[in-house]
Amino acid sequence: MKSSLLNMVLSLGIITIIAAALLAGVYTITQKPIEEAQLNKQTEAVSAVTPQFNNNPVAEMVEITPEGETTPVKVFPAKMDGQLVGAAVESYSLAGFSGEIRLMYGFDADGNITGYEVMSHAETPGLGAKMGEWFRSPEGNRNVIGLNPATTNMTVKKDGGDIDAITAATITSRAFLDALTRASKAYGQLKEAN
Amino acid sequence: MNSKLKILYNGIVAENPTFVLMLGMCPTLGTTGSAMTGMSMGLATMGVLICSNVVISLIKNLIPSKVRIPAYIVVIATFVSVLQLLMQAYLPALNAMLGIFIPLIVVNCILLGRAESFASRHGVLDSCLDGIGIGLGFTFALTLLGAVRELLGTGRIFGAEIYPEVYGSLIFVLAPGAFIALGLLIALFTKLRASKC
Repeated sequence: MKSSLLNMVLSLGIITIIAAALLAGVYTITQKPIEEAQLNKQTEAVSAVTPQFNNNPVAEMVEITPEGETTPVKVFPAKMDGQLVGAAVESYSLAGFSGEIRLMYGFDADGNITGYEVMSHAETPGLGAKMGEWFRSPEGNRNVIGLNPATTNMTVKKDGGDIDAITAATITSRAFLDALTRASKAYGQLKEAN
Repeated sequence: MNSKLKILYNGIVAENPTFVLMLGMCPTLGTTGSAMTGMSMGLATMGVLICSNVVISLIKNLIPSKVRIPAYIVVIATFVSVLQLLMQAYLPALNAMLGIFIPLIVVNCILLGRAESFASRHGVLDSCLDGIGIGLGFTFALTLLGAVRELLGTGRIFGAEIYPEVYGSLIFVLAPGAFIALGLLIALFTKLRASKC
């Protein structure tokens, strides 16, 4: 078709209006399912790492800024009949091998680690990405679950700590423990406040 | 050969987007760490390609030639955004796995290439078949590359163990292995095509 100013403006205008209407429609339809999917992921991770609770930790979430830092982390308190029995902390570390890693850590009332879940990361597949299984494996000193950051030196062996780093992924291991220390600090502050 | 079948054959073999046209290399290298992610990426691209081909062949006579490229890009970008919203809502795990590569379908040159060289010159049915053919060719190539990399890198195909992971060589899961495996597959595909003709 020959191009004139009028038909160019009209045809592009009509196409973009139709596209915008279609996108608005799909956005409206998918908005709720998307929110639910994100909330589900959080709820699942919280229940996977914390001890038994009968409140709604996601609804009672508080943001706590660990001492000496500026960015708050999300703390999900787990309560049994109103009594604090532990919490899940969504922590992060910027010390990873490629970008930010986000993890959900669980603690019981005494501050022992009850579990962890990797939320998002961009670590090397086959090396750093193994952190999802490594730190719960019973071999050597890999396992962190059941340990208490208050009594255990939560750094890798290379740095004089008690934890075995992932083979060939010491940087990722440090980031994992960095996020863990941050989470434990935030949980300590939550307990003090209660 | 029947002309409709010929269009499909063209897309999958004679003009395979990855092995022959060598278009869309960014998702090809980026999402083929495993057979599963490669196949998902191929299917996602195929869905957008079929929709954009059909719509563009429908509106080809209404668009002034000087603004046809922006018009095609709006059509493609709309379908990609729709796909991304739907995946976030109903397939969040898959969406997290493919991540940035879904919005990047917009700039995949396979889509604009087929819009310009095929859909804007052919009828709706032929354009739809071209979308299916090219889409299947892309999916086939990505799945094959993903399977080869996953097998050599971790000893698995689609997550099923073939041999123990410790014997795998990690380089095939990482970017350099993507180039090596792709190069070898292109050579193999070219050889096979040459011996057939």
